[in-house]
Amino acid sequence: MKLRDIAHARTGDKGDTTNIAVIAYLPEDWSRLKAALTEERVTEHLGAAPGSVTRYALPQLHALNFVIQQALAGGVTRSLALDAHGKCRGATLLDVDL
Amino acid sequence: MTVRIGAGAGFSGDRIEPAVDLAERGKLDFLVFECLAERTIALAQQAKLADPRAGYDTMLERRMRAVLPACRRNGTRIVTNMGAANPVTGAEAVRRVARDLGLSGLKVAAVTGDDVFDRVGELPLAETGCTAGALGERLVSANAYTGASGIVAALDAGAEVVICGRASDPALFLAPLVHSYGWAMDDWTRLGRGTLVGHLLECAAQVTGGYFADPGIKDVPDLARVGFPLAEVDADGNAVITKLAGTGGMVTRATCTEQLLYEIHDPAAYLQPDVVADFTGVTFEEIGPDRIAVTGGKGHPATGRLKVAAGYRDGWIGEGQISYAGSGCVARGRLAIEIVGARLASCNGEIDEHRGELIGYDSVVGPTGRDGPEPPEIRMRYAARCRTRDTAARVAEEVEGLYLCGPSGGGGVTGRIREVIGIASGLMPSGSVSQSFQLIEA
Repeated sequence: MKLRDIAHARTGDKGDTTNIAVIAYLPEDWSRLKAALTEERVTEHLGAAPGSVTRYALPQLHALNFVIQQALAGGVTRSLALDAHGKCRGATLLDVDL
Repeated sequence: MTVRIGAGAGFSGDRIEPAVDLAERGKLDFLVFECLAERTIALAQQAKLADPRAGYDTMLERRMRAVLPACRRNGTRIVTNMGAANPVTGAEAVRRVARDLGLSGLKVAAVTGDDVFDRVGELPLAETGCTAGALGERLVSANAYTGASGIVAALDAGAEVVICGRASDPALFLAPLVHSYGWAMDDWTRLGRGTLVGHLLECAAQVTGGYFADPGIKDVPDLARVGFPLAEVDADGNAVITKLAGTGGMVTRATCTEQLLYEIHDPAAYLQPDVVADFTGVTFEEIGPDRIAVTGGKGHPATGRLKVAAGYRDGWIGEGQISYAGSGCVARGRLAIEIVGARLASCNGEIDEHRGELIGYDSVVGPTGRDGPEPPEIRMRYAARCRTRDTAARVAEEVEGLYLCGPSGGGGVTGRIREVIGIASGLMPSGSVSQSFQLIEA
């Protein structure tokens, strides 16, 4: 089972920082989401720099928000990346195996 | 009583028809157009340097021509940051459009004060590690993210269209609420709730089903005709997010939750010029089809500092792409990257950073993409940030040269070059920025 089966995601960017919100579809999956998707797991899956990922929780919305510093090669204005905003990343995070 | 606020655009290139629909059928008190991205104002500043009349959003006239007749008819007032680097000539442009349309007497305000170019010399910038002044002639623009007060003053004076430059996006929505309900600027709870409403609306269709669909899992009806959102906001700042009947898209708890966290870092402290908004207690309740009640927003005292975004010239990016297909396409794409890299070796010192990758394979997901099977086709992309325009052009030329001198079966070359306007940010005491407005009449 993949994260995608129980949760949806949205990616945003500000300067060189990206954030990925991951939200459980059903309240009964919230505790599982929260237990599985740790800062360490996200860091590993996205290949982010150690210590660059911070997790915030909004339990009443069954939502986690991951903030990843220095994630966008200097930010959208000067990055050489094809997806300079990093908007594709949330979908790749949903491929995490549960 | 509620105040009805619609979102007419969530970025500079957004669709126009949904705003016209809102103006005609939304029974709106206010229609807000958010059109400024991080680097837009620096580009606008460059346009203004070339022509002192330019520097406002190039779509301003088109958008106003489309919505002004219905807004006038229905008593809907407009707030927008489409003034960009030149709110004054932007307001004059709106006046010309209004006169063309026969909307005589239309009151248009230009809000200024966000341009702090003349006083950022000593301002330390986080991203560059130096002061703005140290950028010398490379510095193009410096604008503070201002709050609601300048827009509120213009609305209080009777403006029917308010044209501003850099303001925080939620402030464009908060201002009409402060004006309508007379909220005190230290009523942190209501300012926090107004900011919440603004944040949910500021990206337009992103709360009505845009940036959301995932076929088979998250289906959205009729995205080709997605409606833009409107909020019905009460005097305490509680709101219902909805959209017009008959439009595409949807407003659900899921679309609202995604947008709530879009571009948010700590949900307990969303730093804004007028308030530190707190989203940790927010709840969404479905009270009807495409109707979501939003409650639980909070706020804390503002920090007393404004974010300043400084735009500076940072070289040029040159880029080229070419496709390969069939068995061996990945190896041919890799060979193409090697060839371009070797050809550009003579530009040593002119290229600060480069990147060769295969779209459809490792360009977005990185090296993990190489673990899978070979795809049926790939597109080689080579990009480099260069000191000069000529070197950037050379990057695109070297990719084009692969047609005859590269691996077999390369097709569909494209190339482009663009000037890089870097954005760096610093913090300035709120007291050093003062806003004012000018009112003109059609």
